[in-house]
Amino acid sequence: MKHILGILVATTLASTAMAGLAPQFAEALHVIRAVGPEGRGNVEASAAWKKLAMGKADTLLPILEGMDGANDYALNWLRAALDAIANRELSGGAKLPLPELGRFLLETRHHPRARRLAFELLTQIDPATAEKLLAGMLNDPSLEIRHDAVQKVIDQAGQSLTASNKAGAALLFQQALNSARDVKQVETIASKLEELGQPVDLQKHFGFLPERKVIGPFDNTGRKGFETVYPPEQKSDLTGEYDGKTGKVRWQQYSTKHKYGMVDMNQPYGKLKEVTAYASTDFVSDRAQSVELRLGGKNSWKVWLNGKLLFGRDEYHFDSEVDQYSMPAPLQSGRNAILVKVCQNEQVEDWTTEWEFQLRITDSLGTPIVAAATSAQNGPNGNPTSSR
Amino acid sequence: MKLFLFALALNSGFMISAADWLQFRGTSCNGVSEETVGPTVLDINQSLAWKADLPGRGLSSPIIIGDRVFVTCSSGPKQQRLHVICFNASDGAKRWERQFWATGRTMCQSKTCVAAPTPASDGQRIVAIFSSNDIVCLDLDGNLIWFRGLGRDYPNASNSVGMSSSLVVADGVAVAQVESEGDAFTAGLDMNSGLNRWKLERPRKANWTSPIVLKRGGRELVVLQSSKGITGVEPASGKVVWEYSDAVSIIPSSTMSGDMLFLPSHGLTALQLGSGGEKPKQIWQSSQLRPGTASPIVLEGKVFTLNDAGVLTCGASATGQRSWQLRLKGPFSATPVAVGHFLYCVSEKGVAQVVDTSRPEGEIVNEVDLGETVLSTPSISGGAIYFRSDARLWKIGKPPA
Repeated sequence: MKHILGILVATTLASTAMAGLAPQFAEALHVIRAVGPEGRGNVEASAAWKKLAMGKADTLLPILEGMDGANDYALNWLRAALDAIANRELSGGAKLPLPELGRFLLETRHHPRARRLAFELLTQIDPATAEKLLAGMLNDPSLEIRHDAVQKVIDQAGQSLTASNKAGAALLFQQALNSARDVKQVETIASKLEELGQPVDLQKHFGFLPERKVIGPFDNTGRKGFETVYPPEQKSDLTGEYDGKTGKVRWQQYSTKHKYGMVDMNQPYGKLKEVTAYASTDFVSDRAQSVELRLGGKNSWKVWLNGKLLFGRDEYHFDSEVDQYSMPAPLQSGRNAILVKVCQNEQVEDWTTEWEFQLRITDSLGTPIVAAATSAQNGPNGNPTSSR
Repeated sequence: MKLFLFALALNSGFMISAADWLQFRGTSCNGVSEETVGPTVLDINQSLAWKADLPGRGLSSPIIIGDRVFVTCSSGPKQQRLHVICFNASDGAKRWERQFWATGRTMCQSKTCVAAPTPASDGQRIVAIFSSNDIVCLDLDGNLIWFRGLGRDYPNASNSVGMSSSLVVADGVAVAQVESEGDAFTAGLDMNSGLNRWKLERPRKANWTSPIVLKRGGRELVVLQSSKGITGVEPASGKVVWEYSDAVSIIPSSTMSGDMLFLPSHGLTALQLGSGGEKPKQIWQSSQLRPGTASPIVLEGKVFTLNDAGVLTCGASATGQRSWQLRLKGPFSATPVAVGHFLYCVSEKGVAQVVDTSRPEGEIVNEVDLGETVLSTPSISGGAIYFRSDARLWKIGKPPA
């Protein structure tokens, strides 16, 4: 407890840590934070890293603070420096600044990965305090910290079950479910709750979009459909009729009851091969916001948001999981048109029959974004345009 | 081969020992140790030098440089934590560990993991690649030289069951074969900076094989393998020197012995390389020498393939004529490695078996049950053999001095 108090009363050191840096350290941090794609800045960063990694324990906080706003390349450079310093200091018998690390951990404005690092250092030097703090971190913005906190509750629920306290276990599992963002943890919890007579509506829990309009099949012979621009990519007209692979095609309503929100194109069109189809839905957002579109599926696909191509994958029948692909995307206030193209190839093996995808909209943690309204009708802003 | 090592050392400015095991299937990329003696008795009680716990999963092989053993692992809920760990070869004590966060996709089939590819070294620095296509270059003391997030830079170069192509280092360049249906390329990364020296477009097809390095005509050549054939590339420039087109496996890798290249194609295909690095010429093909997941290995004029179930097949490397088959305790994912005339084969169930290939029809002369799933190809150094599982690293052989 005295450690926790110490953490809570250490109110100034971390925030001034950057200011107290020697100029060469500040410069090294600056250089490392400038690294970018394709190795940009690597040569300069390599020299700067050596200076940074020579630091003592009092440089740990400035390096952690230096992670705030850093890109994913720079985070790795900084983390390696921090590892080197911490390992050397700990093996040399030096003390790490526990109260400052703890205070940094508790300030959720810092980068989640930096806070996780602080937590791991804290765990090394004072595991009992770290364990106590974890209990209060069920809704932490660090997914790794949250995962461990949720796991602790899952384990406690399991202990309640072992003690035949089913009601207590169900409450704990429900508490864990409310906080869990890791898909495997959610599935574990849902399975336990089902055993306890409290089934979880996973489609709703994950926020998969169940309703949409679909159109197809278009041709995908020789896997050329992935790049072929068919009318739904050019024009948003849900009343339109087009030439499909085997005749005229038009938009039709589709609804999925699949547990994980799978949109199964085999349902409306049959088990076809070398075909392409589209699914369109509108998502009404109550404000402009940055979100992630998370898609899963085994087929080739492309996704457009408000007519702009977000990403595409030309790969067939490897494997599929929830949140297989995460795409950062800007939702505008009001209606947002989401168009998905999903292709089926020529393979005939049993494991290649799937022609489907699942899609949800979340924040960066995986919390589903609830639509102000959702419809399978495109609005005036929803005209997809080709990505060419 | 000793001449090759000496030349490599001269080029690199530092000495590489014959005991070093610098990459997947060793310094010569063929699974055969340059040493003459290995442990013929695999006994956990008598010949275990040490074992060490690992912090995460891994199919990658250990690499060994002097008294240092380097291993990669992946951990965390989505295996987004990447580890590079250095142990003392002599006593198994951990010297240092560095961790990184994956910047690329980490989705893998459950059998494999993000730490599937084996790191490589020029004897002075190590480069480690992961299924996320993140690559880190560290010196032997764990100082970071550079970091590349190829998965972030080229986000479509991935597949949804996991990547596994290991790195090779040649002429100051780390060669990363990053090939999938979504995007496919091979990059030559400068060992000093990690910057692209070159980037070759490659067939857009999933590819889990690893490149090999060979020396012909006084120069090093990297051989890339894909479903459409093999390609000889100058490592410094990325210039394609020759191409051999045929249907080739995308799981087991080619192996080199003398001037012969053994290619998993139509069973097994033997190619002869010219002395000047010209396009190789086909010598024989044998459907009876078809490898499984494990890559072929050549020893004393015999070529060996191992299928997934555990049938070891021996043929004459000069003719492809099958001579004998031996049933091992399978199934197998790991490639056999060799010292002298002994093959070391470890099954997925962790049963390591020593095969004496000098016997008329081969013979299992010793085995040990490690008691854990082992999918990783073993490594050999200093008269000892290293095995790794998702949880442990074993050194079996000479006891610590």
